Amino acid sequence: MSSDTHHSGISGLGGEVLGHTDVKVSHCYQCGKCSAGCPLSEEMDYPPSVIMRMLQTGNPDLEDKVLRSLSIWVCLTCEMCFARCPMSIDIPKMMDFLREKSLNEKKSNPKAKEIIAFHKSFLDSIKYTGRLYEIGLFVDYKARTLKILDDLALAPKMMKRGKLNIIPELIKDRSGVAAIFRKANKKNKN
Amino acid sequence: MTLGFYPGCSLKGSSREYAESVLAVAKAFDIHLEEIKDWNCCGATAAHNMNKELSLALPARILSLAEKQGLTEIVVPCAACYSRLTVTKHELSENPALKAVVTEANDLAYTGSVSILNIVQMLDKYIIPNLEGRVVKPFDHKVACYYGCLLVRPHEILKFDREEDPQSLDALMLKAGATPIDWAFKTECCGAGLSVSRTSSVGRLSGKIIGDAKDRGAEAIIVACPMCHSNLDMRRDAINAYLGEKVDIPVLYITQAIGLAIGLDRKALGLQRHFVKVSV
Repeated sequence: MSSDTHHSGISGLGGEVLGHTDVKVSHCYQCGKCSAGCPLSEEMDYPPSVIMRMLQTGNPDLEDKVLRSLSIWVCLTCEMCFARCPMSIDIPKMMDFLREKSLNEKKSNPKAKEIIAFHKSFLDSIKYTGRLYEIGLFVDYKARTLKILDDLALAPKMMKRGKLNIIPELIKDRSGVAAIFRKANKKNKN
Repeated sequence: MTLGFYPGCSLKGSSREYAESVLAVAKAFDIHLEEIKDWNCCGATAAHNMNKELSLALPARILSLAEKQGLTEIVVPCAACYSRLTVTKHELSENPALKAVVTEANDLAYTGSVSILNIVQMLDKYIIPNLEGRVVKPFDHKVACYYGCLLVRPHEILKFDREEDPQSLDALMLKAGATPIDWAFKTECCGAGLSVSRTSSVGRLSGKIIGDAKDRGAEAIIVACPMCHSNLDMRRDAINAYLGEKVDIPVLYITQAIGLAIGLDRKALGLQRHFVKVSV
């Protein structure tokens, strides 16, 4: 961990963010440009600049709220916040770390259930075939979320236009890809 | 000449027409795109949202395979794949410890020697210098060039174009005979990976993009990313519901527009695959 942790007075989650990503929450001076430019801020429980402030306080209750927030999951990593931050704080990189930690500590927001289910279905698809199998993804996602009726009209329209493969593309070295997943998941409980 | 080619999953499925048009345009200029053998998915948004090591190891495998195949330059038309591959190359060059972990996970040699080109860079470098005299049907329309997020951000790593009001697609379309318009939503996010899990958000975000393009008189929207395309095209019902009106401006990949300008067959460019009819 860098000595900046000490100088910035940040311990706790802000310190962990620094240690794992080099992102310094202490550099935020609350100009609010990230929240103004964020396309999803109106759907968030705390806009990005508020997340930054919560982490700056070092208050464990607020840190817990960050990990349980919907914000970290509706964040699209569109990178607009980072592009406009006058202090060049890599907020999207921090969000990736917070999401992974939120999952590992089983604190993910219940309203993010569908978003997380989609990511899991996506990764499962490539774990087994090496490439994304879109029909498999849809079916797996529906099984996870029970959103059976959503997008039901979409698949036949895609099929008609040749946009859906019936048979998955299987790569040869599937065991190599499976090994990547196995090793990456060892340090990670999800 | 031959260039390496990483199509990525979308170009083999829901964005097949992007692959068709990329290959058709390349062929028209005698460029052979050699696919990386046994390539895997880059992991896209899902991997970096869930697991950092995975999000680097998957793209690293692709880059290793390209090295093994002797490819020095690869074309990556999908903006999301381009972003994941470029970010991985950057992270692994900056962080030797991370490189060691990822190479161990992959069990493949990785030196980081492969150059990665997005579609605009490829067109700029290999097509545009030879375009003059090839434009037989100028794309004579007002176009809104939509860059989205991942083609231009994060600038610190990609170092491509400008992150606010980029110009590279506009410059290409000008050469194809179009009139690019000034508009406000060039780099606003379309909703990307929330397309399935939060379709209403995509309707709102993509709705603002389509709405502004329409208000400023665009006759077509030009994109360079399969996610942008599928949200703006396949999600048009959700977009129209957000806008409260039916907007039928078509969305074309840059390679489809250039293909039309050099007189390629509409079907070879996959225009019939779009949800919103391509009337231009």
